[in-house]
Amino acid sequence: MNLSEPAVYLSLLVFLPALVGIVLAVSPVRLTDEAYKLVTLAGTIVTFMLSLWLFSSGNEVHFELGVAEMQNLFNVDWIPSFGIQYLMGIDGISFPLVILTTFLCVVAMGASWPINKHVKAYCVLFLLLETGIIGVFLALDFFLFYVFWEVMLLPMYFLIGIWGGPRREYAAIKFFLYTLLGSVGMLIAILMLYFNSDLTRLDAQQLADAGIIAIAEGETADQALESWKSGESALAQKFVEYSSEADPTQRKPLHTFNILALQQMGQHTDLFDSEVLWGKSLQWWAFLLLFVGFVIKVPSVPLHTWLPDAHVEAPTPISMILAGILLKLGGYGIIRICYPICPQAAYDLAYFVCTIGVVSMVWGAFAALAQTDFKRMVAYSSVSHMGYVVLGFGVWSAVGDTGYNADYWKMGVNGAMYQMIGHGISSAGMFFMVGVVYDRVHHRNLNEFGGLFAKMPIYSGFAVGIFFAGLGLPGLCGFIGEVLVVLSVWKYSILLAVISAAVVVLTAGYILWAIQRVYLGAEYKGPHEEALTPITMREIFIAAPLMFLAVLFGIYPKLVLDYMQPSVDMQIDQLAAWTQEHDERETAAKPKVIRDGQLAVLPRD
Amino acid sequence: MNLHTLVESLLNDTLETSLPLFRPELVLCATIVLMLVVRVFPGGSRLPSFVLALGGSILALLLALPTEGLAAWSELQRQELFTGMLVHDTLTAYIRLFLMAFAVLFIVLSELTGIADREDGQDYYALVLGATVGMCVMASANHLLTVFLGVEMASVPSYVLSGVVKGRRRSSEAALKYAVYGAGTAGVMLYGVSLLAGVLGSAHLPTMAAKLSALDILSMIAAGEEGSKLMVLALGGLMLGVGLAFKLSAVPFHFWCPDVFEGASAEVDAFLSVASKAAALALLLRVGLGLTHVTPEPQEAVALAPAATKLVASNESPVTQRTAMKPVALVAEQADSEAEPLSPVRKFVVTIIAIVAMVTCTFGNLAAYGQTNIKRMLGYSTIAHAGYMMMAVAAAIALVGSDITQAHSAVSALLLYVTIYLFMNLSAFAIIAFLRNAMQSEEIEDYAGLVRSAPVIAVMMTAVLVSLIGLPPLAGFWPKLRVLQSLYEAGGTLMITALIVAGLNTAISLIYYLRVAKTMCIDPEPDSRGPVSLGFLPVAYVLVVSLPVLILGLLPEWVARWADAAAQQFFV
Repeated sequence: MNLSEPAVYLSLLVFLPALVGIVLAVSPVRLTDEAYKLVTLAGTIVTFMLSLWLFSSGNEVHFELGVAEMQNLFNVDWIPSFGIQYLMGIDGISFPLVILTTFLCVVAMGASWPINKHVKAYCVLFLLLETGIIGVFLALDFFLFYVFWEVMLLPMYFLIGIWGGPRREYAAIKFFLYTLLGSVGMLIAILMLYFNSDLTRLDAQQLADAGIIAIAEGETADQALESWKSGESALAQKFVEYSSEADPTQRKPLHTFNILALQQMGQHTDLFDSEVLWGKSLQWWAFLLLFVGFVIKVPSVPLHTWLPDAHVEAPTPISMILAGILLKLGGYGIIRICYPICPQAAYDLAYFVCTIGVVSMVWGAFAALAQTDFKRMVAYSSVSHMGYVVLGFGVWSAVGDTGYNADYWKMGVNGAMYQMIGHGISSAGMFFMVGVVYDRVHHRNLNEFGGLFAKMPIYSGFAVGIFFAGLGLPGLCGFIGEVLVVLSVWKYSILLAVISAAVVVLTAGYILWAIQRVYLGAEYKGPHEEALTPITMREIFIAAPLMFLAVLFGIYPKLVLDYMQPSVDMQIDQLAAWTQEHDERETAAKPKVIRDGQLAVLPRD
Repeated sequence: MNLHTLVESLLNDTLETSLPLFRPELVLCATIVLMLVVRVFPGGSRLPSFVLALGGSILALLLALPTEGLAAWSELQRQELFTGMLVHDTLTAYIRLFLMAFAVLFIVLSELTGIADREDGQDYYALVLGATVGMCVMASANHLLTVFLGVEMASVPSYVLSGVVKGRRRSSEAALKYAVYGAGTAGVMLYGVSLLAGVLGSAHLPTMAAKLSALDILSMIAAGEEGSKLMVLALGGLMLGVGLAFKLSAVPFHFWCPDVFEGASAEVDAFLSVASKAAALALLLRVGLGLTHVTPEPQEAVALAPAATKLVASNESPVTQRTAMKPVALVAEQADSEAEPLSPVRKFVVTIIAIVAMVTCTFGNLAAYGQTNIKRMLGYSTIAHAGYMMMAVAAAIALVGSDITQAHSAVSALLLYVTIYLFMNLSAFAIIAFLRNAMQSEEIEDYAGLVRSAPVIAVMMTAVLVSLIGLPPLAGFWPKLRVLQSLYEAGGTLMITALIVAGLNTAISLIYYLRVAKTMCIDPEPDSRGPVSLGFLPVAYVLVVSLPVLILGLLPEWVARWADAAAQQFFV
């Protein structure tokens, strides 16, 4: 047990918040409310430090810049009877999101100081929530992923349900029910993929890519496979037993929940191609079920209706977590699971995915324009901004017409990933800004504000800056992601590109209009005018880092792109190669159809 | 075979084989007698019956534990007891272990809540232990007569138990309703047994299966003749099913369940929902699999009863038939399951169980919505859970024809479900019972804001309720997952429909379970209620039975391994 092992380090990163939470919950010592908050804040800060420490190359467990593959991969049997492993790792797709999570948790805990009801319970639930989120980003076993995914639900339900606004119970159960319905579908998809998976169909290199066998220095993949097969591990023995069966009809499949192995199977075998229902293949249905589950979380139109309610009712710090991180989990699921595991289905449904993204952008923007509740407006802006993410993932421009050039697709996916980070900063900031003024005047009616610039100049400066970041003003973090996505769409579909570019106008509309109604103007029109005191130091300490990052990521995007681009590019290259293979198989099959007048049977690889 | 050898072998069988394997049940019987008789002697009434009951059940539990741990089960051979009336195999061993462990926990609970007082403690405990013996007989039944006997032995004490709180009209009404309903279904079941035994000439389950497969139902259907014989068989099977459905509280024989759960005390509800349900499921599995699956090897049955000798003889034919068909099976598995003589029976049984399971599950969840009484709500919840568990049985029977290993995992899913369900429901009802003692109410709305005055209880209740929904990382998730897995493996339209129904039901059930959690944790505390204090022992008890719900959620491996071991040897 020392921190130089990935298993220990990453587990600590995931479970440290929960440990602190459990200690707080069961310890017989009764602390003051202030002390509970301080301990929790300390817990989140230590977690943040742990995640930052991954940057330092002096550390044994660290994130190697420029490496596209999974790093710090480790694998421990968790429930061997069900074939479930404790498998975690980190790559350029998950790493920035982990850092975003640990950072926003610190900030959100800092924003939790106004919470005065049942502080101990709040702190415990908050910490459990953080464990769930980090766990989802690190888990590479499908089941582990699912468990963490569900772990988040209950704390979130109570955080909204106990500390929320007047309609909190309705909002909390709505959030819970939507997510649960999505995850039931996800569970069915997991079972479908699991029971059709077969590790013995992968070759040595693919097994190595999936993290099942480790290749030592100066060893070929086949040698590594041989030494693994002669090894002790139960999986290896099963592998030998199952693959030694000579008769192919007798051979038993070796199922797995390993996400990386499932990705290899999805891209290199026909295991998921069998037809199941209404002429659609297994992976088509699995993709649909998974996509629906993730898109509920994103959320995209028409499954977004839980979000405005949840946001409006949730307390400020929980809104920040919800918008800043929880929505990103949906995007992360799509890029980590949907696309690489079910490429055929994703290819077939690419236009559908893009359309969902664009519709969400337009719908969310129009809905935001119509709101009079400040927080609801910000919530709808999240729907609109997360539409860019879905759109960016969907632009499958690596097709035959472009010579399988994946550059624009890479741009789109990188843009979507960047948008997730940028939106994590800006939306958390926007919700915090709304929270600051709500704490003072206890209303959020956009038409009853005005003149805040005169009364709270520093706050208004931060607020306008953050809102501009949300708007996507060049030089701020929202711009990079949006522009990359919109540019990439041009090569895929001009119609969608035009619409998505036009959404920028709507976004500018609702943000500027909100700024005008709240911060500008001669006088404040609402109640509790006397409560409008200047921003406190604590609030500055929360707003300043968010503002700083919004500017930093806006002017120096390489800071994030350097970390995530290699992994994203590798995944897209693999998918582009798959597309080419797929098209070649199709065209190879077609002449036969004409010649023989019957369907050609594709040779198994 | 003259009388002497007959008596000799009977004695041999009983004394050498059967009784040693029947020890835990015998200990319970002796405890019952001791409890009732000890009061006759001077000073005997000062000995609390709780001590006797606890001692007896712990001894029975120790005897039920396999001496060499888990390894003992991997070599445990199926063995028929009492001339084939009962059977001792890993399923018997598992369920018996489960029931004995439950009996110990339950007796402690009854003492802590004070439901069995000094005056009629011995009656109460005698009934509990008597019902437990009946459930053991159910779980090990190998003959339709013992099936009936077991059901009745378990049911009759349950009728009395549900009315054990004297002077409460709801309680008496519940007991009466339960008894009348039970008597009716028992009659129907007995009629079904007589029909089946009449057509097949035996009530010994393996013999019946062999006879069924010798009947060659396929060609009967193909020829369209002897329709009446098929009708009688189907009718007999359905009537037998009525009795089982009553014990399982499956729709449409569930009407007693919510009323009894509301009327009886919470402790008895725990007994009915955990032990009774587990035994009924084991019995369903026994009858369902027993009639649809012929064990490939000849039975090592006691060569005493004519039935048994006949069995060996008649077993010969299906065996050879099956082995002869094996190579064909490799080429086309589909054809094999079509041509197998028992496949129509299996299809019939699976269809009925699956449909009943789906309806039961959905109905239970929907009906639980409107309930205001927590016991009634949980009554509907047990109906829903019985539905999930029956799906596992359906999957196991469907799989036994095609893939034995997968059938094993379906059985193991069921055993895992039963085991984890013990902790969930026992904790829930224990909490209800303790709260009833503390605040004299079992209405959900009276639990409002309980987290303020009894935080441990409220948090544990919330964990248990969420586990009942089946959300990870709580224990209730794993069995549900395993059931879904085996349904998926079984395949086919019916099973996939069941899979989807089960999935949707999880979402449906969310709302009513969570409503209770919400009432306890979110709603404000009413001013009228005084402080709620439970005392140290009740809280400790609740922790002991509910912490496994959390621990098994993270580390289900060891229970899963026991369940796997039990399922693996149960049939081959």
